[in-house]
Amino acid sequence: MRVPVAWLRSYCDPGTSAEEIADALTMAGDKLERLYRTGVGDVSRFLTGRVLRVDRHPDADRLTVCRVDVGRPEPQTIVCGAPNVAAGQTVAVALPGAVMPDGTELREAKLRGVASSGMILAEDEVGIGEDHFGILVLPGDLPVGAPLAEHLPIADEALELEITPNRPDLMGVYGVARDLHAVTAAPLAEDPTARDAEPAGDDRAEDHVSIEIDPEICLRFTARVFDDVRIGPSPLWLKQRLVAAGQRPISNVVDITNYVMLATAQPLHAFDLDEVRGSRIVVRRAGEGETMTTLDDVQRTFDPEAALVCDAEGPSGIAGIMGGQISEVSSRTTRVLMEAATWVGPNIMRTSRTLGLRTEASARFEKQLHPEQAMAAQRLAARLMVELCGARMLPGTVDVYPNPLPPRVVSLRIERMEKLLGEHVEPERVDGILERLGFAPRREDGRIAVTVPPWRDSDVQREADLIEEVARVHGLDKLPTTMPSREQAVGRLTASQRLRRRVEDLLRDRGLDECITYSFTSPAAIERLRLGETPLLRLGNPLSEELSVMRPLLLPGLLDAARHNAAHGRPDVRLFESAHVYSPALPLDGAGPGSPGGASPARERHHLAVLLTEAAPGGWRSDPRPADFFAARSLLEATMEVAGLDWRVEESGRPFLHPGRAASVAAGGREIGWIGELHPLVGREWDARDPIAAFELDVDAVVELTSDRIEAYSDVTSFPAVLQDIAVVVAEDVPAARVEDIVRAGGGDLLGELRVFDVYRGEQVGQGRKSLALRLEFRAPDRTLTDDEVAERRAAIERELAGIGGRLRA
Amino acid sequence: MPDLQQLRAEAEAAIGAAERASELEDLRVRYLGRKSELTQTLRSIGELPPEQRGPVGKQANEVRRALEALLGRRTAELEAAELDRRLAEDRVDITLPGDPPLPAGHLHLVSQIRRRMEDIFLGLGFSVVEGPEVEYEYYNFTALNHPPEHPARLPQDTFYLAERVLLRTHTSPMQIRAMELQQPPIYIVVPGRVYRPDTPDATHVPMFHQLEGLAVDEDITLADLQGCLLQFARQMFGEDTKVRLRPGYFPFTEPSVEVDVSCFRCGGSGFVADERCPTCKGEGWIEILGSGMVDPNVLDYVAANGYDNERVQGFAWGMGIERIAMLVYEVPDLRMLFENDLRLLDQFGAGP
Ligand SMILES: [Zn+2]
Repeated sequence: MRVPVAWLRSYCDPGTSAEEIADALTMAGDKLERLYRTGVGDVSRFLTGRVLRVDRHPDADRLTVCRVDVGRPEPQTIVCGAPNVAAGQTVAVALPGAVMPDGTELREAKLRGVASSGMILAEDEVGIGEDHFGILVLPGDLPVGAPLAEHLPIADEALELEITPNRPDLMGVYGVARDLHAVTAAPLAEDPTARDAEPAGDDRAEDHVSIEIDPEICLRFTARVFDDVRIGPSPLWLKQRLVAAGQRPISNVVDITNYVMLATAQPLHAFDLDEVRGSRIVVRRAGEGETMTTLDDVQRTFDPEAALVCDAEGPSGIAGIMGGQISEVSSRTTRVLMEAATWVGPNIMRTSRTLGLRTEASARFEKQLHPEQAMAAQRLAARLMVELCGARMLPGTVDVYPNPLPPRVVSLRIERMEKLLGEHVEPERVDGILERLGFAPRREDGRIAVTVPPWRDSDVQREADLIEEVARVHGLDKLPTTMPSREQAVGRLTASQRLRRRVEDLLRDRGLDECITYSFTSPAAIERLRLGETPLLRLGNPLSEELSVMRPLLLPGLLDAARHNAAHGRPDVRLFESAHVYSPALPLDGAGPGSPGGASPARERHHLAVLLTEAAPGGWRSDPRPADFFAARSLLEATMEVAGLDWRVEESGRPFLHPGRAASVAAGGREIGWIGELHPLVGREWDARDPIAAFELDVDAVVELTSDRIEAYSDVTSFPAVLQDIAVVVAEDVPAARVEDIVRAGGGDLLGELRVFDVYRGEQVGQGRKSLALRLEFRAPDRTLTDDEVAERRAAIERELAGIGGRLRA
Repeated sequence: MPDLQQLRAEAEAAIGAAERASELEDLRVRYLGRKSELTQTLRSIGELPPEQRGPVGKQANEVRRALEALLGRRTAELEAAELDRRLAEDRVDITLPGDPPLPAGHLHLVSQIRRRMEDIFLGLGFSVVEGPEVEYEYYNFTALNHPPEHPARLPQDTFYLAERVLLRTHTSPMQIRAMELQQPPIYIVVPGRVYRPDTPDATHVPMFHQLEGLAVDEDITLADLQGCLLQFARQMFGEDTKVRLRPGYFPFTEPSVEVDVSCFRCGGSGFVADERCPTCKGEGWIEILGSGMVDPNVLDYVAANGYDNERVQGFAWGMGIERIAMLVYEVPDLRMLFENDLRLLDQFGAGP
């Protein structure tokens, strides 16, 4: 909402600068977005002048050379192109150095050989109108050489305010003035809608038009009739207010509708009554596919939710949004039907959105105006019609208002207000604030019965709403600063949050960079991972196909990030992401309107994914470590160590992984993730070179599995451990984990730590076999183990190994 | 009977001239070994007349100790020289770079800011809770007092997956979920991803992060909200930071307030070195979040779990984590935060 400051001051002038006014309004909740200057720059270069003589330009038919008295010893010579310039006129003159509204500076110039020092101005050149056809001729009784700004509003300021959806009243200058009055207590001028025009004549409005409405879409429809209307330009003061507010002046009748809307927030529409077919107005819903050409010369098609204003033969306007070309006011118009109606806000908003057509009118109606505002606007419009168009107002108003709304009374408890704000406000001050805002407070014991004015009805309906009014006008800056007593508040992280932080820190400290990638991905990316069969959650209204499904795993986001960095000179990356993944759970369309009782519509799990294109960088004496399976596994092991979870890998492929270098991560009898090197063909889809190693874990599952884990002391210091290295020869296809299991079975309770530390293949172990070196740690909590006890275990391990065709190597 | 003094002089000269450990070993065998003259002399002392045994034995032992000591000294000297030579050969070009360290990793900027915020509010007695991103319309809008016709519900402003199922547009649905689960008092913050169908540009992306706050108790006031957010702002932006509440409008708070902090770049003056401050655009204040007292209608939706709006009251806020990250780190374009360009992410420490 653009509010011209001079216009605002005409209703409420705190006597402060525009900036201070803006600050006061901002702190009352009417936030300043921008302060504009409108009209000309430095006003001192603009003067009144009198044209002394007008001669034809020697070398240009359309130009004249004028001698203009601007109160200086010598008259100015000014070359002028306007056809209406004549000797004896009082005119507006800009002198060289003047800054015009468009920002250009006027200079001494030669026009076709004649020096011109200044300019005789047209309306648009001083920002008070749009007329550029001829110069502005001022009343003859003005003094010559006087500052123009004293007689014409050639420079103004305007406040661009951000209006919240609950304040349609601020979409009118007088509404803003009322808020300014409330916060500054500067006097407020009489409401411009307070007084009405005098009707004349014997025939009544209802003799000339009949009106029918659909009360579901129209709360009130008022119409007044004017005849003897003389269409013409509006006076300068009105044009200037419109221009300063960002509206284009058109003709007096149209300008009046716009002016009243800007002043009061209530839009109006003027019909040429002689063009209203059948002298009848019908407000109804559109038929499916019904069309109409609107004032902007666009043919529009409607759905049955749209509300139309029609005459006897068809639509003449979209209710509350834009009029049609039929019955538009023109220069030939003599009889005007003035409409001020109240529409159903949500309906206007819906149609406006559907049509993609947002207008000054729809922006106001969609916030829900009150039916009383329609009649108020009629009164101001009527006075202007009579004053500016010489019109006669017929007696009577056609007023279709089937369900009049009674005034709303809301109760405010002082005690409750103080309890909510944490601040004491004197009841007298509360009364004063509410009165200045237009509310009618009446003190009852301990509470105030407050009658809400119509223009605030949609916003103020409850005690909390009144408390907000008092708080914002009283001043939030006066609020004390306190802390909640919070006797029972203890801040803490959940086990899951603590684990995630530790794991994320671990990966960071091992040189990984955290990524945050979009939760959406494309079905094509899922196809490229060869997961085309995966059930996906699909958006109904995605921004693009690229962002149309919720990702079922984190991997594609990290691949995208790796590709982005490779394309920008960083092919070697170590990345991780910690975020949700999504898959369908319940049938989505089963949602009812009430509380789902804590249920979630989709299956969401918190995952952690790691992706390496290099394990460690090389230097002048070492090669880079490639991002292979074991580089990833080392990080996975560290992660699981932090989680404190017993886990294992199990041979299991994934379609997007290298078939020989892929595994499932399992714990507690369930699969909780995967690890592997990317399949080279999949990597190629992301322009990546081999190898790429990755893993992805269901962190929620890790948390679930560790939630009941109890960590307790075990005695490892009282008695020494016995360390033994053994070499186990087994067939090549026996996995190390199997050997570990067998060794553990043989080692029994006395076997503690166990780790494979070398793998050997060669002549000494024979073709098709390998030797695994294992370090075993034997210990007992209650005694020092004897050599015999350890030898016994070793023998048991050897027996167990025989079962899988393995043997101990000496 | 050899001349022991001459033997000693001869041996001392030979040991002093030796240049290798192996030569010393040979000399030890020659002068002190089993077959050496000295050993032989000591062994044959018994054959001497009794009056000579004492003096000869004494002298022979003296020579033996002297030679042993000299050999030991000389061995140590040679070993030290040997080591010096070897170390000299081990000399390296100390100007070559060290082994490449595993580069320092980084938490994402958004995570760094999120954790700082969480930690501040943990210290103020708030717990951190999280919830689903695929959400019911009920939790995202209805129970947050958005009337059925509220424009935020339209598909222009909300991603839908099905009728009444959407991607949450704010972290606020967790207000309701948390209050359904926990009776008052409740003090929580809710970090998380939120979604809006905005075509990406410098200030819009379809996915971003918020941190929601909610405190409901018997005596929580708007003044308490100001106190909490002042504490937050001072820890987040600096001890001198001031907080300003301005009236605002949100469907699920009443009264609603917008919260500004004094600009941490220009100190609220609006100017940095005579230029208009780029962070606050010369205003001296920066809007950082929307807030207010929980609307009684919202409490009505969870009244069955002890949230009687005549008995309990509270405040709530929601703030954009990216917005704060952009302000604090002067990142010019929101989209950059989701490209995961390491040239950007590596600029900003390892995080808290
Ligand atoms: Zn600043």
